[in-house]
Amino acid sequence: MNPQFIISKVFRGAMTLLLAVTFVFIVLRASGDPAQMMLSDEASPQAIEAFRARWGLDGSYLEQYITYLSAVLQGDFGNSFRDGRPALQVVMERVPVTLQLGITALLLTLILGIPAGIMAALHRGQLVDHAAMSFTILGQSVPNFFLGIVLILIFSMTLRWLPSSGTGTVWHLIMPALTLATATAATVARFTRSSMLDVLHQPFMRTAKAKGIPHNRRVLHHALPNAAIPVVTVVGMRIGGLIGGAVTIETVFAWPGIGMLLVNSVNQRDLAVVQAVVLLIALTMVVVNLIVDLTYGWLDPRIDLNNKKATA
Amino acid sequence: MSGIDLARRMPALRRHSWLTRIWKSRPPLVIGLSIGWLILIIAAALFAEFLAPYGFAEQSLLNRLKPPALLGGSADHILGTDDLGRDVFSRVIYAMRTSILIAVMATVIGATVGTALGIIAAHFRGWVDDVIMMLVDFQASVPFLIVALAILAFFGNNFVLLIVMIGLFGWDGYARIARGLVLSTNGQGYAFAIRTLGVHPAKVYVRHVLPNMLGVIMVQVTLNFPEIILLETSLSFLGLGVQPPGTSLGLLLGEGRNYLTTAWWMGIPAGLVIFLTTLAISLVGDWLRDMFDPNLGAKGE
Repeated sequence: MNPQFIISKVFRGAMTLLLAVTFVFIVLRASGDPAQMMLSDEASPQAIEAFRARWGLDGSYLEQYITYLSAVLQGDFGNSFRDGRPALQVVMERVPVTLQLGITALLLTLILGIPAGIMAALHRGQLVDHAAMSFTILGQSVPNFFLGIVLILIFSMTLRWLPSSGTGTVWHLIMPALTLATATAATVARFTRSSMLDVLHQPFMRTAKAKGIPHNRRVLHHALPNAAIPVVTVVGMRIGGLIGGAVTIETVFAWPGIGMLLVNSVNQRDLAVVQAVVLLIALTMVVVNLIVDLTYGWLDPRIDLNNKKATA
Repeated sequence: MSGIDLARRMPALRRHSWLTRIWKSRPPLVIGLSIGWLILIIAAALFAEFLAPYGFAEQSLLNRLKPPALLGGSADHILGTDDLGRDVFSRVIYAMRTSILIAVMATVIGATVGTALGIIAAHFRGWVDDVIMMLVDFQASVPFLIVALAILAFFGNNFVLLIVMIGLFGWDGYARIARGLVLSTNGQGYAFAIRTLGVHPAKVYVRHVLPNMLGVIMVQVTLNFPEIILLETSLSFLGLGVQPPGTSLGLLLGEGRNYLTTAWWMGIPAGLVIFLTTLAISLVGDWLRDMFDPNLGAKGE
């Protein structure tokens, strides 16, 4: 793979991150005196003085910005005022639980979305197609928090099959992951369908048929790899949707991950934690976009990565 | 090659077949129902005072948590009452007003700001273009719900901030589209011809380029509007959007969440309204897109 391409992508990602840090810095300074905002009301004058000295609040904005930037680079986001621990530590504790939910939802997205899209494309205009596409429209329109609540009402309250909140067993995971995956799976199914339809009508598919290659092999080995690029793009784009969705879903199902931490911290205005979560999510998004970009070259060696316009 | 591919390539064929295609591709009944539902929503939002049998904050502590009329409740409260004895039906109607109002204002803000920035980017090119497009990329790369939560955490919650902030969601889509369209029209004869007549560029954009863009921007509105409703209702659901005693569809569902076991009717109707509304806009939007611009519809799939 072309190193120049990778470097330019990494640079672009770094610029996005810088923009995110700058955004948080500007918002924090624009919203009031950080010393009063970040510390609790009962903070002693000494604590406020120490805070001002540490973040260089008496210096110019440029000096403050540089202080802030270097602190963030070292993973120092200040302390959570709820329990005084470093914000990064508070956030990192929640990462495994959120990853568990996010990865399960991503797998569900692929397991449900891609086969549904392929089936719809292969049976275009038939019942399977109409049914799949109707489900995708429903799946894309239903607000995830509403879906979650309806599932709780049905499966926890009425049928008493699944626990409505908390974490621990596979049973706890089913409803949150399914709710989170629904909208994404619907989008993936639609893209897979249209992308497969494009490929299925290409001359090389006819050639493959003429050569007597069996149907399943044609679909899986000839059509699918060629239809994969738009699908990978949309999966990459929907990662952001998964992260955003996790915020509401975790709250609905009392899933103690980063999303719930963010909502609670916003409610209590625990700003150190809020900024740590926001920057961590920005970092995740940049890394995901980078992986998606690099996947293109692996999926389709014909793409001249150097000339390809940035899609991220 | 399929018929649709052929039609896509040859506009003449397309023109003959679009009516039949729409007739076949979507059951018109669904579209009719969707349009009917949207009219109902708008009417409810406009005439909430006349349609709602009770005020949205009117409490009656003797009538707390009464079930809907169909489930054995009294006919006075069609959808039952909530934990403070307020009429759920009336509250849903007033909540529609708030949610629709916010979504409409936010859409106007987003469309105006986005289109203006897109035109500016395309007009000046160079570093202005680079900066605006970098902001577009940034906006598209971070989930907006997270940004919104961060802004609310830092600035605290108030109604104006909420509307402006939701308005900024989706501006990047309009900017991208406006920029692309201006770049392509600038290459076309008519814009060049008007400019050589000595007309001021701003006037060219407002009088000649903008009217040509309206169709595509309207399509973007149908894509953006459901997302804006979802953003506002999500925020309100989390308790971080519209604040009580105000009411919004998301807030109603959020409040009802705590009463799922005892009084599910407190929240579910509001959730259903959100769902049906976003569904109806998506269906009508798809249909409009197919009708006005088959090329775009095929690509946006």
